[in-house]
Amino acid sequence: MIIRSADEVPRTTLLKRFPIPRNLGVSPGSRIAKGRRWPAPVGAGRVKAFEVYRYDADSEANPRLDTFEVDLDDCGPMVLDALIWIKNKVDSTLTFRRSCREGICGSCAMNINGTNWLACTRFISDLASPATIYPLANMRIIKDLVPDLTHVFAQYSLIEPWLRTKTPEPEKERLQSPEERRTLDGYYECILCFCCTSGCPSHWWNADRFLGPAVLLQAWRWLADSRDEATGERLDNLEDPYRLYRCHTILNCTRTCPKGLNPGKAIANIKKMLIERRT
Amino acid sequence: MASSTPQRMRPLSPHIQIYRPQLTSVLSIANRITGVVLSFCAVALVVWLISVAAGPKAYSTIHGFIRSWFGQILLLGCTYSFFLHLCGGIRHLAWDAVYGFELRAIYTSGWTVVVTSAALTLITWTACMRFAR
Repeated sequence: MIIRSADEVPRTTLLKRFPIPRNLGVSPGSRIAKGRRWPAPVGAGRVKAFEVYRYDADSEANPRLDTFEVDLDDCGPMVLDALIWIKNKVDSTLTFRRSCREGICGSCAMNINGTNWLACTRFISDLASPATIYPLANMRIIKDLVPDLTHVFAQYSLIEPWLRTKTPEPEKERLQSPEERRTLDGYYECILCFCCTSGCPSHWWNADRFLGPAVLLQAWRWLADSRDEATGERLDNLEDPYRLYRCHTILNCTRTCPKGLNPGKAIANIKKMLIERRT
Repeated sequence: MASSTPQRMRPLSPHIQIYRPQLTSVLSIANRITGVVLSFCAVALVVWLISVAAGPKAYSTIHGFIRSWFGQILLLGCTYSFFLHLCGGIRHLAWDAVYGFELRAIYTSGWTVVVTSAALTLITWTACMRFAR
């Protein structure tokens, strides 16, 4: 039922009525209808079914869940390969973001069997049939698996994610010792795929005011930077019951990060820094 | 494409309806629920104390309820809630000091909380049974 260990990959998705009915508390326009089934091509070898969330803004219809039967013998090993296979061979209207296909661009972040991950780094063989593919949770949907990230990027711009300095610009670059540089390890690698923010229950309930793990990890990345000289202003900006303190250390963020980073720890560091500033 | 603006709000992708429960989120919500349960327990404790002060008749009514199977189940739930909340609270204290944030540590401490609180409940009940006898 629950994901029990740190490295467990969810093989199956939950039953439709357990623990919460799929459409409970969902506004009428967001309710998911039953979609159609696209059978595997004739002569297909190993077949796996994929249930995929579909939404078309041009039609008046609600989102629906289509089932695609994918011929694994004709398809690459990753979930992204299966989506591309569907788009090429079955339904060319299936829409999703993808670019690098190697887990560095963050475009293909989506909800696979109930947890957020990058489609390009999730093996199809890790998933039971049917595998369930939803867009990132708690996002306004533009089409199919493409979420509208305007809001989360607006939250990102709020923390002013660039080097802020007051001292006059040096002749060459601003230097940093290897030790100082090392404090950014585990934080600078964030690719802003928003898997963590979309998997955070606190952000589900307070997305309008709580910044969410991805943005707060970035905030810590600039607080921890030895070259940055606006630490005080940054902390003032974050010291707010909602922006920062809606984090209740649920740690779904750390559990889901496809880059193995630790947003939960970054947020705890910010909280600690704020307390240390007070004393 | 004059009508390219959507006529209605874009749908919100499902979150709690599809997101897999995991030890992290389940223990977080459990900590909150046990907190609520414990506030009711505090009220129940006051009721019990009042009944002690009010004399034998009131006390025997309350005592009879506690001794019934329903009362015993409630009491067991209260005990487990107390220990789960206590252990979870200690876990949160460690996090506040930025300890134990590696994913493996999160899972180890989580299962430790579940097992320890169950063990403490068992120990408390065994001790109480012995004492009552």
